[in-house]
Amino acid sequence: MPLLEIRGLQTWFETRAGTVKAVNGVDLSIERGETVALVGESGSGKSVTAYSVLRLIEAAGGRIAGGEVLFDGTDMLRLDLASLRAVRGNRIAMIFQEPLSALNPVQSIGTQIVEALRLHRDIGLRAARERAVELLELVRMPSPRERLEEYPHRLSGGMRQRAMIAIALACEPDLLIADEPTTALDVTTQAQILDLLRELQGRLGMAMLLITHDLGVVAETADRVAVLYAGRVVEQGPVETLFDAPAHPYTRGLLDAVRIEELPPGSRLPEIPGMVPSLLALPPGCAFAPRCPRATPACDAGPPAMRAGGEGRLHACFNPWLSTVEGRVPA
Amino acid sequence: MTAPLLEMRRVVKHFPANGGMVRAVDDVSLQVAPGETLGLVGESGCGKSTLARLVMRLFPPSDGSILFDGTDLTTADRAAVAEYRSGLQMVFQDPFASLNPRETIGRILEQPLVVHRRGGRAERRDRVNALLERVGLRPEIAARYPHELSGGQRQRVGIARALILHPRMIVCDEAVSALDVSVRAQVLNLLLELRAELGLAALFISHDLAVVRHMSDRVAVMYLGEVVEQADRDSLWDRPLHPYTRALIAATPSTSPAARRRERLMLQGDLPSPIDPPRGCRFHPRCPLAQPRCREEAPALRRVGATEVACHLA
Ligand SMILES: Nc1ncnc2c1ncn2[C@@H]1O[C@H](COP(=O)(O)OP(=O)(O)OP(=O)(O)O)[C@@H](O)[C@H]1O
Ligand SMILES: Nc1ncnc2c1ncn2[C@@H]1O[C@H](COP(=O)(O)OP(=O)(O)OP(=O)(O)O)[C@@H](O)[C@H]1O
Ligand SMILES: [Mg+2]
Ligand SMILES: [Mg+2]
Repeated sequence: MPLLEIRGLQTWFETRAGTVKAVNGVDLSIERGETVALVGESGSGKSVTAYSVLRLIEAAGGRIAGGEVLFDGTDMLRLDLASLRAVRGNRIAMIFQEPLSALNPVQSIGTQIVEALRLHRDIGLRAARERAVELLELVRMPSPRERLEEYPHRLSGGMRQRAMIAIALACEPDLLIADEPTTALDVTTQAQILDLLRELQGRLGMAMLLITHDLGVVAETADRVAVLYAGRVVEQGPVETLFDAPAHPYTRGLLDAVRIEELPPGSRLPEIPGMVPSLLALPPGCAFAPRCPRATPACDAGPPAMRAGGEGRLHACFNPWLSTVEGRVPA
Repeated sequence: MTAPLLEMRRVVKHFPANGGMVRAVDDVSLQVAPGETLGLVGESGCGKSTLARLVMRLFPPSDGSILFDGTDLTTADRAAVAEYRSGLQMVFQDPFASLNPRETIGRILEQPLVVHRRGGRAERRDRVNALLERVGLRPEIAARYPHELSGGQRQRVGIARALILHPRMIVCDEAVSALDVSVRAQVLNLLLELRAELGLAALFISHDLAVVRHMSDRVAVMYLGEVVEQADRDSLWDRPLHPYTRALIAATPSTSPAARRRERLMLQGDLPSPIDPPRGCRFHPRCPLAQPRCREEAPALRRVGATEVACHLA
């Protein structure tokens, strides 16, 4: 049984302009100790998926309109508030995308770590403070003991992010949801944090749902990757084979756009032309079709179903690119 | 040489902290010419955002002066400061915290135009919609509030807001860090176009060295509050002189996912405390080349070929 299994998740927002269908039937599973990366265009539903797993989405104004989120066999969508609170920050912890808005502005970061610990663990104040220093050391906060008393707005962007990672790791969760955990970090600190997460996974069997737009980090860190587009998984599979031979034209566009260092400085960068469709009125067919170089009239008729591509790969596309390395042909 | 658009002269910013002073920016002098992009790089906590905030006059410097278009802002009158504000805009590292939560996106973007009396109502709406499109956002976003957007959508609103008044210079503090590669390309292309068409100057801060290299004419490297090296882009990448710059460049991961599993040369040790920075050269405890002299004597910035570098051994 996977540690986390998301089935047909749908998360919607009611706005004055209509229903924003942010997540539209996401299927995803994560095994114990495994790292699954969730990538996709800005606004494609990565954070909303994460918030839905923890049921934080209601507080954010959203509604889970359908699906199941099974964590260790229990449906998170059916838990009462008390049981949810026992899971959040304890068995499932989250590193939020925007540290400054996730951290409490009127509490020192030391207090925030201590509270996270004491909420779920039977631990004295003194021991909790020592543990907080240890955690700040682990996430490479400079002068950790002195920083304990510091308030979020007095820290640099990267320090705030590390403070938040320390809070998330406080209770050694079974599942860590890391939403852009290293965007504010320099490459050296980023590598140290990724090493730390790997080490915890090895030692504690922690699983990770890693949300990032940094495909290099995905290649370095994840076992599997799922590509989201307009609230749907359009492709998933093991990182290496998927990056070597993307099947979905959207994935391929992403991988082509990444090559900044190979271009002359100051030159125009490759982008995927066009814009994501409105989530208020998704097209009846494939949501990527209007921007797709391989689209045919069939793509506009109905949504493509998820199909197996071999070697644990899945894609939802009528005209996928197929790996030519071994001369495989469409199924 | 043309007169600089932005000039920082021996700027210092200290913050009181328990047990002393954080020397966040310590005696920094920088210039940005009209139409030029200056990249600013350095480890987390080295003082980049503080420098950006000083330029924006979000707080005054502890010492030194900052001139925009020849006007010293520490002594300028209100009218001059207002003019400077419309010509100099910033994209903040934390997009959510920089957007008013009680205003719609359309209102947030339109407000600077109203304040500076630019265009009629219809014209303003057109400008807002056109700019939304250029940063890859659908017009329906205008009716939403900041909390109703994704992280990268908010970041793009911040970029659109900074551009709406046609500034002469923009300060980008990790302005594209929350964007996927395709949307990032779209936004960077927009900045490149504005530079070519309108001569937009920029101070471009990012941890992504590949992006800094792509966007910058010149690059300054900061370490623990000080600029340790400054050069044109190609000199800096082809012939980095400071051991810290070399370490930064060597640690840059390849952007190509396939090449990512290769070993990289990592900088050892942590950034020392800015409250009590090391004596002599601040980098010496981590420097592979450090000599006894480096422990005693702080190196001054000096010119070596096309580069300015603060290292005894360069
Ligand atoms: N409260 C809300 N009301 C209406 N729409 C919302 C709300 N919150 C999010 N959305 C929309 O839902 C979609 C998915 O948002 P989400 O935050 O999951 O994107 P994301 O994939 O995390 O993007 P990014 O990479 O930019 O962080 C976006 O188009 C966003 O505008
Ligand atoms: N308002 C403040 N009060 C006290 N200290 C501050 C304040 N702002 C910044 N600092 C301190 O100044 C130093 C430099 O911070 P700054 O935010 O400029 O770093 P940065 O280079 O932008 O780092 P990052 O890459 O992590 O964003 C840090 O030690 C930080 O804690
Ligand atoms: Mg997000
Ligand atoms: Mg910063």
